[in-house]
Amino acid sequence: MGHYNYWIVVVLMMIGFYIVIAHGNLIKKIIGLGIFQTSVFILYISMANVEGGTAPILAEGISRYSNPLPHVLILTAIVVGIATTALGLALAIRIKQAYGTIEEEEIQKKDNLDC
Amino acid sequence: MVTAIAIVRLKDLFAVIMLSGIYSLLSASFFVTMDAVDVAFTEAAVGAGISTLLLLVAITMTGRAEHPDRHKPILALAVVTVTGGLLIYGTFDMPYFGSGQAPVHLHVAPRYINDSMTEVGVPNIVTSVLASYRGFDTFGEVVVIFTAGIGVLALLSVVPRPVTIAKINSLNDSLHEQHLILRIVSKMLLPFIMLFAFYVQFHGDYGPGGGFQAGVIFAVAIILYAMLFGMITARRVINQSFIQLIAAVGVLLYGSIGVVALLNGKNFLDYSVLSDDPIAGQHLGILLIELGVGLTVASVMIIIFFSFAGRRDYLRHLNDNSKGSNNTSC
Repeated sequence: MGHYNYWIVVVLMMIGFYIVIAHGNLIKKIIGLGIFQTSVFILYISMANVEGGTAPILAEGISRYSNPLPHVLILTAIVVGIATTALGLALAIRIKQAYGTIEEEEIQKKDNLDC
Repeated sequence: MVTAIAIVRLKDLFAVIMLSGIYSLLSASFFVTMDAVDVAFTEAAVGAGISTLLLLVAITMTGRAEHPDRHKPILALAVVTVTGGLLIYGTFDMPYFGSGQAPVHLHVAPRYINDSMTEVGVPNIVTSVLASYRGFDTFGEVVVIFTAGIGVLALLSVVPRPVTIAKINSLNDSLHEQHLILRIVSKMLLPFIMLFAFYVQFHGDYGPGGGFQAGVIFAVAIILYAMLFGMITARRVINQSFIQLIAAVGVLLYGSIGVVALLNGKNFLDYSVLSDDPIAGQHLGILLIELGVGLTVASVMIIIFFSFAGRRDYLRHLNDNSKGSNNTSC
C-alpha cells in the first residue's frame, strides 16, 4: 500500500488522457490537458514529501524538511502551464472564427468538403 | 478525483469550468498538506483564479454546449486502461511514499537544505533554489511565459476602436446603476489586493511567495477592475503598449543581471558580484530577478486577459454590423 500516491496520480492522469482522446470539443480537450498536467504536479509534490518533514522554510529547531527542488520545478511549471493554456484557448477562439465550430469532427468535415 | 470524473461526464462547459476551478482549489489544499506551501499558493492563484477566468472568457466566444457524441469511446477507454495498467505496474519499483531514503532526497537536496543559509542567506529554500541555484532554469521559464504572451497577442490582438470620452462617461453612468455594491466593495478591496501582491513579492525570501505568485495576484487586481468597470475604462487606466513594454523589461532585467555577473568574471547569474559581501550580493540579486519575474508574469497575464476580452468586444461589434446582411461564406 506504500505506493498509493502514485496510483492516485495514474488514475487522474488517465482521466485527463481519456478526455483528450475521446472528446471532440477543443475547450474540453484543453481542460483535460489541465487535469493531466495537475496529476504530474501531484506526482512531483508527493515525491518531495518526507515523513515527519515540514515546509522547506528554514527555522530554529527543525531538522527535517521536505525536498525543495520539486517544489521549485512545479511552481514554475504551474505558471508556464497557464500561459500555454491561454495560448491554446486563443487558438481555439481563432478556430471558432474560421470554422464556426470547435468540434473536431465538424472541422474535419468542413476541411474535407474543400470549398 | 470525484470532481475529475464529473468533468468527464458533464456536457455543459460552464459547469465543467467551475468544476475544474474546484479541482484546482482541492489540489492546492493537497499541496499544503504535502508541505509545499509555495506551490499551493501558486496553484490557488493561478489554477483556481486566472485559468477559470480565461476559460470562461473563452467559452463566451466559442459557445458553452458540447457535442454529445464522442468518437470511439470504447477504444479510447481500452487505450486508457492499458496505459494506466502499465503505469501502475511501473510504480512497484518506486520508493515508498514519504520515505526519506528515496533517491530524490539523496543527491542535491541535502546541499540545498544544509548549505543554502550560509551560501545564499535566505530562509525560504524554495526561493533560494528558484532564484539562485537554478536561476538559469527560471530564466528559461520566464522567457517561455513571455513568448506565450506574444503568441496570444499575435493570435488575438485587434486594433481597439477609438472611443470618445462622452461615450465612456455615459457607459459609466449606466454601469453605476447596476452592481453598485459590488463596485464599491471591490473599489475598497483593490488597494489591499495590490498591497498584498507587493508583500508577496518582497517577502518571498522569508515566507512563501515570490515573483510568480505576486505577478499573478497583481494581474488579478487589474482584471477585477477591468471586469467591473468595463474594458474601455481599464484600457484608459492601463496603456496596452506600456504593459507590453513592461513585460519585455522584466525579461530584460533578469537577463541583464546575468550579463552583469558575466562581465565581472563570474558565471551567468552568479549574484555574489553585485556587492562586496557575497551574501548581500545574493540578496540583491534575488530581489532584482524576482522583480523581473513579477513584472513579466503580471504584464503577460494582463496582456492575455485584455486580448481575450478585446477579441470578444471585436466579435460583438462585428455581429452587430452584420446582423442585417446575411453573409455566410465557406
